[in-house]
Amino acid sequence: MEAGTSRLSGTGMTLAYDRRTIAEGLTVAVPDRSFTVVIGPNACGKSTLLRALSRMLKPTAGAVLLDGEDIHRRSARQVARTLGLLPQSSIAPDGITVSELVARGRYPHQGLLRQWSREDERVVEESMAATGVDDLADRAVDELSGGQRQRVWLAMALAQQTPLLLLDEPTTYLDIAHQIEILDLCARLHDEQGRTLVAVLHDLNHAARYATHLIAMRDGRVVAAGPPGEVVTAELVAEVFGLPCRVIDDPETGTPLVVPSARRRATTLAPGPA
Amino acid sequence: MTVLRTPGGLSLRFRPRALVVGAGCALLAAGLGVLAVAGGDYPMSPADVLRTLTGGGTPAEEFIIHELRLPRLVTALLVGAALALAGAVFQSLVRNPLGSPDMLGFTQGASTGALVVVVLGGSSLALSGAAVASGLATGLLVYALVARTGVHGYRLVLVGIGLNAILTGINGYLLTRAPLMDAARAVLWLTGSLDGRGWSDATPLLVVLAVLTPLVLLGCGPALRMMEMGDDTAAALGVPVRRLRLVLLGAAVLLVAFAAAAAGPVSFVALTAPHVARRLTRSPGPNLLPAMCVGATLLVGADLLGQRVFADHQLPAGAITGAVGGAYLVWLLAVERRAGRL
Repeated sequence: MEAGTSRLSGTGMTLAYDRRTIAEGLTVAVPDRSFTVVIGPNACGKSTLLRALSRMLKPTAGAVLLDGEDIHRRSARQVARTLGLLPQSSIAPDGITVSELVARGRYPHQGLLRQWSREDERVVEESMAATGVDDLADRAVDELSGGQRQRVWLAMALAQQTPLLLLDEPTTYLDIAHQIEILDLCARLHDEQGRTLVAVLHDLNHAARYATHLIAMRDGRVVAAGPPGEVVTAELVAEVFGLPCRVIDDPETGTPLVVPSARRRATTLAPGPA
Repeated sequence: MTVLRTPGGLSLRFRPRALVVGAGCALLAAGLGVLAVAGGDYPMSPADVLRTLTGGGTPAEEFIIHELRLPRLVTALLVGAALALAGAVFQSLVRNPLGSPDMLGFTQGASTGALVVVVLGGSSLALSGAAVASGLATGLLVYALVARTGVHGYRLVLVGIGLNAILTGINGYLLTRAPLMDAARAVLWLTGSLDGRGWSDATPLLVVLAVLTPLVLLGCGPALRMMEMGDDTAAALGVPVRRLRLVLLGAAVLLVAFAAAAAGPVSFVALTAPHVARRLTRSPGPNLLPAMCVGATLLVGADLLGQRVFADHQLPAGAITGAVGGAYLVWLLAVERRAGRL
């Protein structure tokens, strides 16, 4: 569907840490205005892919293209005005307040003589409102709950005002309610603000429900890419995760819902509901 | 946070509290400075000092102030500021409140060069030069050991602590090989002292500070604040992490090496000053400028105390900073523990 334009893509990438190669000849494209979700088993190279797409890891072969240009030919600051990243873990400095932390998202737009413009102030307020942390503005970040803290970090990434935003496992340390809260928030940012989002997620069902474009990886390769309705099939889940399952329609959204086979008790179970 | 904006779209943001802390420290340092310059074996009144500074003193007063007391005061201010800046940079860079050059082997490295000169015999200029050279060599060695994986916080701390242990051993060996008289002189140098420091000690450090202070404060300060949130977050915000670390590591090593060459490895200023500054300003972040003001004040105060606390003999400034800094650290640990932060 959205195969048309892509501001961010990687072609023929070989990705490696030191001498350990994670992926070879990896090619991906992030469709513009999509909510792209990358899925795959542990150590399949999802986070590595995200690091490469965000200019943190330089491919040893191939290239990442941002707006048609090799991302490593641009400065870190230039890239940071177009592409944001929420890493898996960040450190909140001791005693910093929510509004101070969110304000740090304005860094790539600031300079020595332009330290805090009205624009900065407006964007920070909007970002806090969009993530629902505006009433926490003067609280210390260390005092917040995990879910609140993640919304604050998301607000900081939003304040960066980048059309492209990458999220590395944004739901990992959260309970189920806060996972859904963060994903709903991401979906709203995608729908209402027209941002292109790329997220690495562990939960297949979350991925199928929220993504508009899905990239399934295994062993450093892309196994399938496309809309969740086409990608998430029992065969694919078996191939990518080695997990026997059935795929049914999510009763809430109609998107694919993966139901793992009950291997241990399979013999005693009655046939499942239709 | 206070913001100043001009019609042209320029804007400055600062914390009034940090300015007050900086100004307060500067005033305190000035007051201590007057006491230091006026007092001593040949006491003068502040009015005499002022008259001499403006060119109206007797030749004896001229000599005492311009050649003896003023260079000592200036050296103390510069060494304190340089060590504090280096300490604040290291602590932010390795994200560890104990990440000061005293702990990471850089001051020990500078001492090794100085001790070699003591053992082989050499002028005080050679001693300063050797301190700078071996301080820089230690910096290069640490960098070579951690460079492959990028200068990550923990690796830098662990490599630094290891190197510190090795260099302490080497320094101990060198001390045992020195003739007794020289060994006594070396121990005084190792404690860190401002006794007898002249303009030739202050000038090289002044040049280094004049170049590096704007580079570190204006060029790297904002980016260093981003680095506190982790390498990935900083990189995502547009900080060239690797280059920044290299520049800051280099700057901090230069500051420590030249400070040690001027006054010996004065202990605990680099560790303590940034903590004091952070407590006073109550703001997160590296607090580079307040730390420099606190460091300068601390060392001037320590030197003054060392000169006056015993009537019949002087204590080296390093002995005072060590005692005060150590006590402060213990107190800090106790307080932070009670607050549940450490």
